[in-house]
Amino acid sequence: MTLASPPATAEMQAIIDRHLGLEGPLLPMFHALQAEYGHVPATALPLLAATLNVTVAEVHGVKSFYHDFRDQPAGRRVLKICRAEACQAMGANAMSAAVLDRLGINWHGTTPDGGVTVEPVFCLGLCACAPAAMVDGRVIGRVDADRLLAEVSV
Amino acid sequence: MKIYVSMDSAAKALGADELADALMAEISTRGMDAQVIRTGSRGMIWLEPLVEIDRGQGREAFGPVAPGDIAALLDGDLPGHGPTEDIAFFAQQTRLTFARCGVIDPLDLDDYTAHGGLTGLRRALDMSGAQIVAEVTASGLRGRGGAGFPTGIKWNTVLGAQASQKYIVCNADEGDSGTFADRMIMEGDPFCLIEGMAIAGLGVGATRGYVYLRSEYPDAIMVMQRAVAIARAAGVLGADVLDSGRAFDMEIRVGAGAYVCGEETSLLNSLEGKRGVVRAKPPVPALEGFFGKPTVVNNVISLATIPVIFEKGADYYAGFGLGRSKGTIPIQIAGNVAHGGLFETAFGMPLGTLIDDIAGGTATGRPVKAVQIGGPLGAYFARAKFDTPFGYEEFDGQGGLIGHAGIVVFDDSADMLGMARFAMEFCAIESCGKCTPCRIGAVRGVETLDRIARGDGAAVAILTDLCETMKDGSLCALGGFTPYPVMSALTQFPDDFAVAKEAAE
Repeated sequence: MTLASPPATAEMQAIIDRHLGLEGPLLPMFHALQAEYGHVPATALPLLAATLNVTVAEVHGVKSFYHDFRDQPAGRRVLKICRAEACQAMGANAMSAAVLDRLGINWHGTTPDGGVTVEPVFCLGLCACAPAAMVDGRVIGRVDADRLLAEVSV
Repeated sequence: MKIYVSMDSAAKALGADELADALMAEISTRGMDAQVIRTGSRGMIWLEPLVEIDRGQGREAFGPVAPGDIAALLDGDLPGHGPTEDIAFFAQQTRLTFARCGVIDPLDLDDYTAHGGLTGLRRALDMSGAQIVAEVTASGLRGRGGAGFPTGIKWNTVLGAQASQKYIVCNADEGDSGTFADRMIMEGDPFCLIEGMAIAGLGVGATRGYVYLRSEYPDAIMVMQRAVAIARAAGVLGADVLDSGRAFDMEIRVGAGAYVCGEETSLLNSLEGKRGVVRAKPPVPALEGFFGKPTVVNNVISLATIPVIFEKGADYYAGFGLGRSKGTIPIQIAGNVAHGGLFETAFGMPLGTLIDDIAGGTATGRPVKAVQIGGPLGAYFARAKFDTPFGYEEFDGQGGLIGHAGIVVFDDSADMLGMARFAMEFCAIESCGKCTPCRIGAVRGVETLDRIARGDGAAVAILTDLCETMKDGSLCALGGFTPYPVMSALTQFPDDFAVAKEAAE
């Protein structure tokens, strides 16, 4: 996902233009850019603003409102651990504390080698098989710290 | 021989994909005449991965099945649970909305039709908009997203509005902890939601629909996108719905991790490509919704219940329930629970029956201390309130709300001061920032609870006052309902709030 050189303007514009026919296209555009680059490049914001005839401040305001959109690419593996009540009832707080401690990072942090980013998520809808987590988009239920660390150790 | 394995994400999270692959490999090795069919989930999550085998005499259930059990399973030597629908948890349900979920292949439109699918839509195509809305009103259906507003009245407002374009927006931003009914129906019976939205469109005169689906549900997004494409190719959606000459089409839109976008006006802003900030009401979305046009905003379960109302009739649906809570409600039992899952039943079952009898108490085997109903904005109920019947008014009368009907069970190790603090912390993280009581109040709430935790008993009065302000002064349910978990924890579990005080004295 990480690029050595900044993404080309024409390439980003092409991604943006694919969504021009939609009603309310800005979130689909952000999602498409992030799917391509692993984050929403800062250089995409003026392109989005010009395309949609709004200010760059407005585009930035929308992007920064949502937890999903990144300013920087995440680590090679993304681990999302549910922090919501049902998972807490099954020991999610102690589990996530153990995972973060053993990786030596905090919530939203990435390990120094760029291997793993750990993020909180508030509910994966796996509340009857808590605690739950997601590794690179793949769901895991009734998980424990050792299993999670094994999942991201590759 | 037919073998059914769920592709619901809860089943996948417990190894259903790996199990299905191993099953197919073993079947192929043995050269058996057996077919593996992926379905939605039956909702008995503690049995997942559940395998159902039909040897010609109905489906028998086995689970949880580990890959190492496959040889015994195919040999017929693995002990099972007998016929799936005789399992007590399942047999006690009334499945109307979820009748097909776990039974059919979610993306097989013929299978859907063979199980009653599209019957409701075909009936609606012969009705006028006013007749369709009247049918929904007569069913007594109330919004299943949490507010419980009568669906027919909302539709009637949109029907009566004059506009060049109207919309059906499905709220699939199911962010409440302990709830997964929306996810289960979208993954297990997606055409049911599509059919419900099409009927809504015909009813109010809307030709376009959107499902605003949270990004935390990648499996549901994939299934819904494929289902919409299949429905469009089959002429269920498009310019000529089932050759009626009437149009309805829809799109799946993906959220971006903001809990507040489950609030309908915030959702509409997000769908328009704006910050998901709450709008003041009035105007209601039914008159000025998506891009200012009249818009029906309904929860997934509300819309997915529409087909069965039209298939079996409003009177049939309204025949279930209690008082003004008509029909059935898919209750989701989760957290620290022995038999967690989805239990669809007529309104009226006492809370304690659900937790102790249906769900079998806690997973840890320890006593139940509290349950939270209705997500992070719902009240905690101690055992003293377990005789409350499951209904909108009944829960309101006990200082709670049923919300999206999720129940999270906690055993006696739960720290209720910690849970109250979490409620405020969550509100602070997820506040859209539009109104002050929520934006500032939640931050002050965390600080005040920390004071109580340090033994400052005087802070209890401040917390109570703050909660009053948030409840009365917030624009939407996020700030307005966060006091429910906080105050219900404080009033029912005062010992959890007094320990630190005593220690300090």
